[in-house]
Amino acid sequence: MQRHTLSVLVQDVPGVLTRVAGLFARRAFNIESLTVGQSEVEGLSRMTVVVEAEGDALEQVTKQLNKLVNVIKIVELIPEQSSQRDHILVKVRSDASTRASVVQAVELFRANVVDVSTDAVTVEATGAAQKLEALLEVLEPFGIRELVRSGTIAVARGGKSMTDRALTK
Amino acid sequence: MSSGSNITPSVMPSHPPQREKTVHDPDAQAVPGSNQVVEPTSMTGAQAIVRSLEELDVTDVFGLPGGAILPTYDPLMDTSRIRHILVRHEQGAGHAAQGYYLATGKTGVAIATSGPGATNLVTAIADANMDSEAVVFITGQVGSKLIGSDAFQEADIVGITMPITKHSFLVRSAEEIPQALAEAFYIANTGRPGPVLVDITKDAQESQMVFSWPPVMDLPGYRPVTRGHSRQVREAAKLIQEARRPVLYVGGGTMRAQASEELAELAKITGAPVVTTLNARGIFPDNDPQNLGMPGMHGTVSAVSALQMSDLLITLGARFDDRVTGQLTSFAPNAKVIHADIDPAEISKNRAADVPIVGNVKSILPELSEQLQESFAEHGTPDLTQWWNIVNHTRETYPLGYTPAEDGLMAPQKVIETLSEIAGPEAIYVAGVGQHQMWGAQFVGYQRPNQWMNSAGLGTMGFAIPAAMGAQVAEPNRAVWAIDGDGCFQMTNQELATCVINEIPIKVALINNSSLGMVRQWQTLFYDSRYSNTDLNTGADSIRVPDFVKLADAYGAVGMRVEKEEDIAPAIHKAMEINDRPVVVDFVVSADSMVWPMVPSGVSNDEIQVARDMTPDWDEED
Repeated sequence: MQRHTLSVLVQDVPGVLTRVAGLFARRAFNIESLTVGQSEVEGLSRMTVVVEAEGDALEQVTKQLNKLVNVIKIVELIPEQSSQRDHILVKVRSDASTRASVVQAVELFRANVVDVSTDAVTVEATGAAQKLEALLEVLEPFGIRELVRSGTIAVARGGKSMTDRALTK
Repeated sequence: MSSGSNITPSVMPSHPPQREKTVHDPDAQAVPGSNQVVEPTSMTGAQAIVRSLEELDVTDVFGLPGGAILPTYDPLMDTSRIRHILVRHEQGAGHAAQGYYLATGKTGVAIATSGPGATNLVTAIADANMDSEAVVFITGQVGSKLIGSDAFQEADIVGITMPITKHSFLVRSAEEIPQALAEAFYIANTGRPGPVLVDITKDAQESQMVFSWPPVMDLPGYRPVTRGHSRQVREAAKLIQEARRPVLYVGGGTMRAQASEELAELAKITGAPVVTTLNARGIFPDNDPQNLGMPGMHGTVSAVSALQMSDLLITLGARFDDRVTGQLTSFAPNAKVIHADIDPAEISKNRAADVPIVGNVKSILPELSEQLQESFAEHGTPDLTQWWNIVNHTRETYPLGYTPAEDGLMAPQKVIETLSEIAGPEAIYVAGVGQHQMWGAQFVGYQRPNQWMNSAGLGTMGFAIPAAMGAQVAEPNRAVWAIDGDGCFQMTNQELATCVINEIPIKVALINNSSLGMVRQWQTLFYDSRYSNTDLNTGADSIRVPDFVKLADAYGAVGMRVEKEEDIAPAIHKAMEINDRPVVVDFVVSADSMVWPMVPSGVSNDEIQVARDMTPDWDEED
């Protein structure tokens, strides 16, 4: 099974997230991550969905997605031709004796410390999923208390916009 | 799939960036109905619902009121343009709206209240979704401020029906009503037809708004493809030119597109055998020698074997349903596939298409016919004589038939055959689900579209009576026969009351084998004749609960019982003469009659049995 990143342009109306997520569930697809937020066009939201699927099955589910009335456009983003980023907030167990090591690791990964307390450090990092995995691996030995991931957001390289040609007005 | 590309099949024409809305654009989004201009007028949301329905040219609706839809029922009383038929159960309203659509192609409408009223529609919504039928379901919803509070009769019907509707709307303010209804009707009956739910809160119905017509629709994500891609049509013509064993595999999509004439022309040009699926019975006349009948689990041997032996399936508005293909991997193993369908998601869903054509078959077929005529003129018309020799041999060796029942009771097939002879092709035949449905599909002679309707994809028992009622409302001058089973009939027969009171004179041929017949057949064949919970005690040698003749009588309908073969025809003649009330003819038939041929579940269509444990000798033909 291959990972695929889909950008889905949808109308920003109540229920649209349920419709999209429900369709993946109904057709037995596992969503690895799903993010949603406003796009640059008022009234349009943009979802980034990462799924694991074979080619045929992916084609079927995107066709089904295209049938949803609130879905305007779907594009698959190939990793090499797009920028894909995850954002994490991770709370690492850390006291005075380990804090320096944690901060050093954070700096190596160009991550940021956003909160410090006597027994923990909260780290913020942005990057491709692989880089974040590597960071987490380094932080793991200190003890990870909490982990929050944004899910992948992605955009195609180059000057074109997904919303070009997407709307009939 | 290329990187960064729009994921639509390559066969679909890409959407033009700026589509000008002109009358010449067949894809332009236009509010359905005659579009009379209504200047801004102040009214309540409820009045706006009724007014919108009027402007959408709705003339008949089926429904049942309750608390959350009460405001709408008040102005409904005043309209002279819309006939509301009060059903006895909301499921009946839903199936009636389906029957109404199936008889005419006009969008059906069912109305119910919130909560249980809405959930009672769910079966009909799912049914309409499976069989691609244009029905708009309007439900009342609790007040917008109460939503989410577990209010009395609250159910999240939009959420419940999301997987089984083409689209749905939750309307929370009166101002949204005209646009939501216009969009609902537009979505329901364009592209691949389907059910659309409009859930309207009680306060939206009660508050004041300014109504004007037509509203502006805003559906940027809904652009059904209608015209097929010319390159694909040419490719299809090329395959047909080369094929030696082509079959036209015609499905319900062709019926929905009302493309019988276009199909007739293509059939004539190709000279190929035609098979019509359960939802396509009648789209091509049964008495045309090119028609092999129905394919699939209970299809004719000639239809099933023609598909199996074919080298090219010309698939028109069909979806390779498992009941047609049997075991998918061994279905039509040597055939290339042309697949024309309005829904891109059907292409290569179950069977990979060599030439996909996305579009409306009504516009694809004439194009294909034209291409073929050119191609045949240039390269010669393919000689299908050998192919027809094989097909005809199968057809003559294994015709549809039946044997008299061994218990001396009437054969159900005989009843249906006689009904077809007497009521003829101008009547409408409506079936529920089970043995009677299959016999109805097999033993009625279908000569015209919309002559036959049933619950095919979902397989909903109880479909026939309310659907027949809806069909009769749509087609008051035709005889409408519900071919129903004793199991199905007991699920929805309360609509006989609706029929009697509203003078909707449907006729019911009750194929009473005193059991859940199709389940019983499977028990006979696959469960060692252990009849677990399939005996209904309604027929011969039983206590007859209920007595269907008395039941009909109690409703004010005419009830008759037929137990001997010689009484079949006279009873049908008598029923045909009654036009002021429903008629129920209780045909007491054998419980042992089985539906043949049959492809047992999950095996190859090559294993088709013409009778129990009897498989055709395929070698004989080669």
